[in-house]
This record gives sequence, structure tokens and C-alpha cells, in this order.
Amino acid sequence: MEKLIAGLLLLLVLALPARAQDAFTTALPGLAGGFSEAAAAVEQLGASADPRALPVLRAMAEGRLQKTPEGALRVPQGDGFVDPATGQPADAAGAETVRLNNRVRQALRGALGQLQIISPDAGERLAAAEGVFRSRSAANVPLLEAALAKETVPRIREQMELALAASQLVGTEAEGKRSAIARLGSAGTTEARALLIEARIANPDMATAIDVSLAAIEQTLAIRRAAETLFQGLSLGSVLLLAALGLAVTFGVMGVINMAHGEFVMLGAYATFMVQEACRGIPWLAPWSLPLAVPAAFLLAAAAGAILERGLIRHLYGRPLETLLMTFGVGMILQQAVRSIFGAQNREVTSPAWMQGTMMLPGGIAVTQNRMWIIVFGIAVLLLVIAAIRYTRFGLEMRAVVQNRRIAATMGIRTGRVDALTFAFGSGIAGMAGVALSQIDNVSPNLGTGYIIDSFMVVVFGGVGSLAGTLVGALTLGVVNKVLEPYAGAVLAKVFVLVAIMLFIQRRPRGLFALKGRAAES
Amino acid sequence: MISNASRFTRRATLGGLGAALALPYVKPSFAQSAPIKVGVLHSLSGTMAISETALRDTVLMMVEYANSKGGVLGRRLEAVVVDPASNWPLFAEKARELLAVHKVDVTFGCWTSVSRKSVLPVFEELNGLLFYPVQYEGEEESKNIFYTGAAPNQQAIPAVEYLMSKDGGEAKRIALLGTDYVYPRTTNRILRGFLKSKGIADADIMEEYTPFGHSDWQGIVARVKRFAGEGKKTAIVSTINGDANVPFYRELGNQGIKAEDIPCVAFSVGEEELAGIDTKPLVGHLAAWNYFMSTPGKPNEEFKALWQSYIKNPKRVTNDPMEATYTGFRMWMQAAEKAKSTAVAAVTPALIGQKLMAPCGYEEEMLANHHLSKPVLIGEIQADGQITTVWKTPDAVKAENWSTYIPENANRRR
Amino acid sequence: MSASLAAPAPAGAGRMTLRLVLIGAMLVLAMLPVLNRLPPDSALHVSDFIVSITGKWITYAILALAIDLAWGYAGILSLGHGAFFALGGYAIGMHLMRLIGPRGVYGHPTLPDFMVFLGYRELPWYWLGFEHFPFAILMAMAVPGLLAGVVGYLAFRSRITGVYLSIITQAMTYALMLAFFRNDMGFGGNNGFTDFKELLGMPLNTPSARSTLFYASLLLLLGSLWVCGRVTRSKLGRVLVAIRDAESRTRFLGYDVTQHKLFVFVLSAMIAGLAGALYVPQVGIINPGEFSPGNSIEAVIWVAVGGRGTLVGALLGAFSVNALKTWLTTVAPDLWLFALGGLFVAVTLFLPRGLIGLFQKERR
Repeated sequence: MEKLIAGLLLLLVLALPARAQDAFTTALPGLAGGFSEAAAAVEQLGASADPRALPVLRAMAEGRLQKTPEGALRVPQGDGFVDPATGQPADAAGAETVRLNNRVRQALRGALGQLQIISPDAGERLAAAEGVFRSRSAANVPLLEAALAKETVPRIREQMELALAASQLVGTEAEGKRSAIARLGSAGTTEARALLIEARIANPDMATAIDVSLAAIEQTLAIRRAAETLFQGLSLGSVLLLAALGLAVTFGVMGVINMAHGEFVMLGAYATFMVQEACRGIPWLAPWSLPLAVPAAFLLAAAAGAILERGLIRHLYGRPLETLLMTFGVGMILQQAVRSIFGAQNREVTSPAWMQGTMMLPGGIAVTQNRMWIIVFGIAVLLLVIAAIRYTRFGLEMRAVVQNRRIAATMGIRTGRVDALTFAFGSGIAGMAGVALSQIDNVSPNLGTGYIIDSFMVVVFGGVGSLAGTLVGALTLGVVNKVLEPYAGAVLAKVFVLVAIMLFIQRRPRGLFALKGRAAES
Repeated sequence: MISNASRFTRRATLGGLGAALALPYVKPSFAQSAPIKVGVLHSLSGTMAISETALRDTVLMMVEYANSKGGVLGRRLEAVVVDPASNWPLFAEKARELLAVHKVDVTFGCWTSVSRKSVLPVFEELNGLLFYPVQYEGEEESKNIFYTGAAPNQQAIPAVEYLMSKDGGEAKRIALLGTDYVYPRTTNRILRGFLKSKGIADADIMEEYTPFGHSDWQGIVARVKRFAGEGKKTAIVSTINGDANVPFYRELGNQGIKAEDIPCVAFSVGEEELAGIDTKPLVGHLAAWNYFMSTPGKPNEEFKALWQSYIKNPKRVTNDPMEATYTGFRMWMQAAEKAKSTAVAAVTPALIGQKLMAPCGYEEEMLANHHLSKPVLIGEIQADGQITTVWKTPDAVKAENWSTYIPENANRRR
Repeated sequence: MSASLAAPAPAGAGRMTLRLVLIGAMLVLAMLPVLNRLPPDSALHVSDFIVSITGKWITYAILALAIDLAWGYAGILSLGHGAFFALGGYAIGMHLMRLIGPRGVYGHPTLPDFMVFLGYRELPWYWLGFEHFPFAILMAMAVPGLLAGVVGYLAFRSRITGVYLSIITQAMTYALMLAFFRNDMGFGGNNGFTDFKELLGMPLNTPSARSTLFYASLLLLLGSLWVCGRVTRSKLGRVLVAIRDAESRTRFLGYDVTQHKLFVFVLSAMIAGLAGALYVPQVGIINPGEFSPGNSIEAVIWVAVGGRGTLVGALLGAFSVNALKTWLTTVAPDLWLFALGGLFVAVTLFLPRGLIGLFQKERR
């Protein structure tokens, strides 16, 4: 009898590791099944805490996991494939990628979180904590507590605490819930708020505690929202600034109305596309294609501008209205030319990795990387323009010609050449704006049309001939637009801004920063 | 100015000549009988050129295809291409020109609803025949128009049903984002009615409209994020049109909205639109259509091969409206053969009941309401810009151009 | 402002010939609907298409005339005249929508289809009165006139001239376009108004309705020509030319520049509004696209091509550019923008007086 019991116990002990292995091997084939079957299998594998599951799930999440026509799984390794069930190299003839849907992806994120939370790699642990935070299951509490006990990096600790709180909130233990509510209240994020709002419905007895936490979050969010609106306004403003700077030179300094200005912006965007295509074949160059595109776009648009000035506009000086109409025709031709060469479809311009995603500023203010860089770029271009006008020989000659053409000519300045250079310079700046716009808008033949009126408004509002006016004008319009938008809607906000500018101009016909003195009278 | 008017007929002949030049390949065997004229009414310039030029090419491809098969009724087909330049009154003028001056037998054209509404009275007055290949809001039926795109019940409602299903993520809150024109307005109205019938409160629906070509999505995407942060699983239903999609998706990707958290299903985004974006951050977002380029099967292989050899570019993508153009064209060929005539009065009845194994992999049928039965496919955007099906209806769904979710349809005049 | 470049009014024999050509042209135009009634196999038969398209061009010509009055004679280059044209079109469009009555898809007795559809319960206040034709026509003049009055008053009072005025008027039409695109405005959003049934009891989309509208447009063209002719030949017209050529000097001579400019601007907007009112029933659609800045610029270019500062030039430009556009969009659908754009460039460069300048040179 005792022997029997001992024998049974022994069997049980022996069976335990075997059962743990079973969880892996039994769940594994499910991955090759339908979406709901696969999601269930992923969840089981995540809960199994089996280290062998990690490479399989990782391959699956990255879209590398293959399945043979017979339904056997294959994980790519080196040049070949291995069978995850045995760990042995295996043949993957006729295999195709295991497909995912959002449900499977969600399960994968949770499972990878469970498996990687004790990973030696800090980045993986952070991602894991985030994954567990989003999967919110009470079953993760012990796992997270164990991980927290070992964790030393503060940033990961914080994320783990939040994940723990999220898991506790859906658990049964009242004490855990209370601490979770307090912890989430101090997090100050929309995700935490969403969790609390849901918990409020499920736990009416804790409503007061939750309300306190929610109020704290609201306060943080309100400040953050204001900061983000300001950023959005500055971002829109920087786009307007870029689009208008070239115009500020050609219109503001030379008095030439160039309706084809938008098309020069478009040329810049297409130059970006071409540079990127050229760099595509050279792997080490590819991430730098965007910086390379800046001079290329400048040169292309400047060359087009120089040709336009020398060939056509030169003959119409002193007749701004005719110039306006003629350049409208030039714009039509340029648009159709680009359409004929590149096709009417959008062209793909990719963003380098350093311009993708969101960046956290201090205070938890989330800003998108591409917009951040466009603001930086806008300021850089503005400084460049100011420097070129103030400190270069060309800038000096340009100012001289603007102030008094005849005296400048008698001083030996070749005014015709200066005109061409100035116009080319302004056009080149428009081309650089195209590089920035290719990162947020369509690269299509119609790209420029959407910016031309806004650009004119910025220049006129800011004060023709004043770069500072252009800067202030662009940023003001951007911010006002974004502040109005949530109340009035995107369209009405824009209409209001346009009407306001029209009224403003009739109060101050020369704009915000009016030029004084003789130049203003011409 | 007088001479302009009186010389116009001669110019019109020149116009036909120009169209013939566009299609120089003429089989000598057709020489005896007059060619059948196929009007092509798609914008080749202006804002809609981005979408419509591919459809012009599809029709030209089909004309070439038909001629290579011996024409229709033994007669050669000849395309008459005009450019309505994304200008709606010009659409009406060009429609009149095609029908009255060039005497086309059939026309393929229009993309936007407003262009269709602009030409509709012209087609009715001059008794022409128009095939309209784009998904639209319904609420219309003309004896002179055949609608080969989807009606709302063949796209919008199944897509939202999917979002609310377990596989789609059990969404309980819906953000309806659209371009401010009639298709999104109607679709969203129908969806509101549908969501209400599923027990979703008005507070859980967000609706926002933007102008055409809207490029600054920062604020709206941030608001969606906030809306999603009020608890309950949230999904976006996008009826954003054309050009505005690229900046919208870029913003979505950059603000880190992942498909696992807030899936976005779009009704106007196809492979052509995705060709302009890096889709890696967008993997898992959804599109609802009646055809994807990735659809397996022989009819689609043939269609894709035909297109890529015609356009001489093995990388050019196909999309849903192109497939609808193709299907409509083949059905018209069948109907003309059946009616033994290309006269509108003969072809129209012959078209009803025409069946075709379409590239979407289902047999489609032209119904008595001038719409097609079509399958509904829900696809996920992939890293390579393709869309793969994750859910589909078992059979082709019959089009309901008068939605039952719009109460006013009950007292509509028939 | 720069010195005058526009031609002085052609004198003597040249002027006489021009007038004869003009009268001849009007007579031929007037014959078109008659020729349309001839049997189709007749050598002189003119097709429906030509009648309808010429009717449309006549309304364009009236718009060109209005622009020429403001630009060619008073130096006010408005890049927003398309807005006045569109507003006139919307006024008559509202009338046409009201006339559909219960014949709409949803059979609502008063509300147009799109309102039924967007869930309106009753007609917005600004739609009241449009069921009466005289009211609609009055509004087609009054609304553009009022808008021009307000914008003009503000601009001219602050002495906004030249390109600044052009940019402001362009912003005006752009803002209106954005506003009208909104479905919440109650003007049908992007789809605008279509599917009109009848006007003054005559069903549209019939040859007889087309010829009636054609003659109405022709009458309006003649009327506008007469009014513009009277204005430009009067003392007022000479003051306007003086303002165009030397605004400050005219002001110092004691003329009230603001009032003169305002008068001609408002008159011009009202003519444009009426042209729009005749345009809409002929093309069968009005939509916010008519407000697009490009449309207004194109209309200005018709005048530039024909020759500004002469009323005949405006007509010549409107007809020739539109005929060319109609022809090219069919003959060369992929290339027409090159041709049209090239024409605009060539005319501004080589023919500063427009096509009419060619004839004037020959005379001298």
C-alpha cells in the first residue's frame, strides 16, 4: 500500500515537468489554425512561461513564422528553418507565412510581455511591461510582483507598477484595487483614465476613490492638452512659414507675384522623391536621403526659378498683375508636366526612422517626431535666409537693388543678375519647403495648390518685405487656427482666420510689420 | 466667335480622330462596319486625376482586350477620351458632347458623386448609358446608369459588424471620421442608425468632418485618442476621401495609434492610395472593399496580368474601382452580344441578370436595381502596401441602394 | 500703380469696324437656336450641343465683361469675381430647388432632398422667399452686390490697391468656397444643387428651354454691353480711367475715388451675379467648386487674352479661350493644360493688349 502511494507520488513528480512541456507542445499546433484558435494558443503559450515559446511567438509577431501545407510550423533560423516542436532543422518547402489579425496581434503583445518581462534586455522589459499593461489580466499580478522585486531601472519600474496596477484593478482583491487606483491616478495618462472609467462602472463601492484619481488625471491632462495644442499650432505655423518664406523673398523683396510658387514647392517634394529613389540601392546612404534631398530640392527649384525669371518674368517688371496671370499659366504647365513625367498618382516618400513616431517632452507632452523636425527645419531655413540677406555679398547687392535700382546699377551692381539670383533664391527656398511637406502631405502634382493662398495671406498679414513679419504671421495663424479648431471645426476655423486677416489688412494695409520710409511708398 | 461655333462639327470630327490616335492599334478585319464608340469620362487633370487616370487606363485596356477577342458583335471598339478636368459643370458638358457629338454607345466614367449627379440629367435626357464604377452612398437609381461599385450595405455595415465582433476587437465606441461630402455623410447616417440598433449610445459615437485635401490631422487624431481614452474599446471608421488619406495615415502612425488598440477601417483607401505611404506603421488597420489585389484565384490572376501587361509595369497595383470597371465592361460586352445590338434600349434589359465570375473570386450578378451583387471583404493593411483578406461574406451580397436605416426611404417616390 | 498699358479706345474707322463685327457676331449668335430647329441633315443645322455650349459661353462672356469693367476701366483686379458669379448661381439654384417641390426623391413637399436627408425639419430662414422667381433674381444681384459693397468699401477706404486687393478678393472667394463646402451651411455641401426640373413653368432639359435660356443670356449680354458702354463713355467712365492710371492724382483733383471705385465694383459684381443666375439652369449644377480661386483667375485670363480695357476684347477672350478649352479637352486630353498655359504665358508676354490688340495694330 505504502509502496503504491510512493509509486503514485513518484509518477506524479515525474509527470509534472512532462505536463509543463505538454502545455507548450499541445498549444503549439494551434498557432497554425484559424484566427481565434491561434489567439487562444498564443495566450496559452504566454501563460506557460516556457522559454521555448519565446522565439516562436517573436517570429510570429514579426511575420516570419511559416507553416507548411500540412500545417506544421517552421521558424526561420540562419539560412534554414527549424521545427519549433522538436528544435531540429526541418524542411519548409511550400510553406507560407502565418497570417495575423488584430486579435492575434493583441494576444501576441500580451504573451510576449509575459515571456519577456524577465528578459535581460532593458528595452525588451520595457516593451513587455507595456504589453502586459495593455493586456490587463489579473493573472499577471504574481508575475509582475516578481519582476518588480528584481527591477532596478526607474523607467521600467514605473511602467511595471502601472502594469501591476492595471492588473490589480481587474482582480478580486480589494486592497490591491485601492492601491491600484491611487497609482493610476498619479500616472496622468489617457490610458490610465480609460482604465479608471471602466473600473468605476465595475466597482461602484470605490467610486469616490476613483473620482479623486480621475480628477487628478484630468488636471494633468488639461495642462498637457494646452501644451499639445500649442505644439500643433507651432507645427502648422512652421509649415506655413516654410511655404511662405520663399514668397516673402520673391513677393516681399522683389514685388513679383508668383502664382507658380506652389509648384516650386511641389518640385522640391518630387526632388525628395527622386533623391530617395536614387539612394534606395545604396543601403548606407538610404537613411541620409532626406538631408541630401534638401540641397537637391533647393537647386532644382532654384534652377527652375532662374529660368522662369530670365525667360519670362524679366519682361514683365513693373506689371505685377500681368506677372500674376502669366505665372498662373506657368503653374498649369508645371503641374501637367510633372503629371506627365511621374504620373498622376501619389509618389511614396518614406520617413527615416528618426522622423517616425512620438517623442516625449518633459511633463509627458507627446509630440510627433516629424513635426518636431519640421519646426526645427523651418527655423533653420529662416536663419539661413536672414544670414544670406544680412551677411553675404549677394544679400548686400540684393538690398541695394531693392532700395534704389539706378544707384545700385551705377555702383557697378549687375542688377539683372541680382534679380535672377534673388528669384532663384526665393524659388529654392520653396523647393526646400517641399522637402518638409513631402513628410506630411501627398507627393502629387496638386501638392502646391493647397498652400499658395495660405502663403500669400501669411506674407500680406505679416507685412510685405519683412521676414520677422512672415515668422510672426505664420506662427500666429498656425496657433490661432489650432486653438479655434476644436470649437469651430477644421473648416470654420480656417474661414474665421481668413476673414480675420481680411479685416486686419483693411485696418493695417501694410501688415503687422509695416516697412517705413521711402521703400514703403513704391 | 461665330466661326468657333459653326466650325464646331469639324472640330468634333477632329476630336474623334484624336481619340483614334490614342488607340492606334486597329485590326484590319474590322474594316467594313462602323466601330462601336466607348466614351471615357474620367478626370485627367485637377484634384481627381490622382484616382481617375487609372480608370481611364482600365477602360482603354478593356477596349484593347475586346478588340483582341474579335470586338463586340464583330465590330471594332473605339474609345473616345475626354478630360472633364475635375470640374463638375464640365462633366455635364463633356457628357453631352460624348452623347450628342460623338454618339458613343456606352460611357464609362465619373468617380465622385457630384460628377455623377452632374451628368445624370444629361444621360437621362439623351438616353445614354453610363457605367459608374465607384462605391457610393446609394439613394439613387437611374434607368441610364449602371452602378458597379458597392452600395452602403455591401461595404459599410459588414465592416462595422466585423469591428464589433470578437475577431474585430469587440469595439464599443466608434469614431466616424470623414471628408465633408455626401458619401461620408450618408454612410455615417446609415451607420448611426445601425449602431443604434446594436445598442450603442450616441455618447459613444464621435463624428467629425474635414474639407477635401485636408492635410493637418494633428488635432483630430489627438481628439480620437482622447475619445478612446474614455474607456471601452474604440475603433475608427474612416470615410476620408482621396488625397487626405496620406497625411491622415502618417499622423495615425506617428501618434502611435496601433491597430491592436484603435483599429481604423477605411472605405475609400485602396492599394492605389497606399502606394503613396510607408505602410509599416499601419499594419493591421483595415479596409473594407469588394475586391483586393491580393485576392487569390484565376479570374484575378488574369485581370492582374492583363493590367500589368497593358500598362507595361509589373509593379502597378489594381484596386476595387478598377475591378468594378472591368466587371462592368465585361458585363456590357456580354449584354451587347445577347441583345445583338449596342442600342441603349436593347442593352439595358439584357444587362439585368448578367453574371460574371469577377476577379474578386465570386460570381457577380447585375440586379434589377442596376447594382451588382458583390461579396464584402475585410482586409488588413500589410507592410508591403497590399491588403489581405481577414474576413469575407460567404456569398455575394445583394445591393440595397435604398438603405433601410434611413427612415425617409420609407416614403420615397418610386 | 504703374502707368497705363491698356489701349486707348480705338477711334474712327477702327471703332466703326469693331462695332460692325460685334453686331454681326450678335446676329449670328441669335441665329443659332433657329438653325438648331432645321432638320438634322440640313447643311446649316446646328446641333443641340452647340446651342447649349454657346449659351454657357455667353454667360461666361458676361462675367468677362463684368471683370473688364472693374479691371480694364477702373484698375480693380478682382480675383474673386467667380464668387459673385457663383452667388448669383446659388440664388437661382435655390429657386430651382424650391420648384422641385414634392417631385424630389423623398417626396417632401417643401424641403429639398439633401435637407430631408441631413435631417432638417424645416426650411432654414435664409431659404424663405426663394420660391418666387423675382425674389431669386433680385437676390442674384443683391447678394453679390452687397458682398462687393462691404468688401469694396473696407478695401477702397483703406486704399488697398493693386495686388493687395487681388490677394484679398482671392481670399474672399477661397473662404466662401470652404464655407459652402460644409454640409452644415444648408447649401448642399459639395454636391450643391442638381437635378433641376423646371423654371418659370417650362421644363428644363428640353430644346425649347435651352433656346429660351440662350436668348435670355444673349439679352443679358446685350444689356450688359449697353450698361457698360454707357458707364465707360460717361464722365464717370473717364474718372474711372483716371483712377486706373493715376489714383492719387485723381484724388488730389478732388474726386471721391472710394465712391467711384465702389460704384463700379458693385455694378460689376451684380452683372456677374446675373450671369451666374443664367449659367446655372443651363449647366444644370451649382456647387462650391465655382468659388475656387482658379476659376476666378481663369475668368480674368479670358479678359487678358481678349484685351482688357475694351468691352469687345472681354467677349472675344471669353469665347475664344472657352472654345479652345472645349476643343482641346477632347482632342488632347493629356496635353491641353500645356496648350492653355502656354497661351496665357504667350498672351501676357507678347500681346499685352490681348487679341484685340492685333486688330488695332492693323488699323494703324
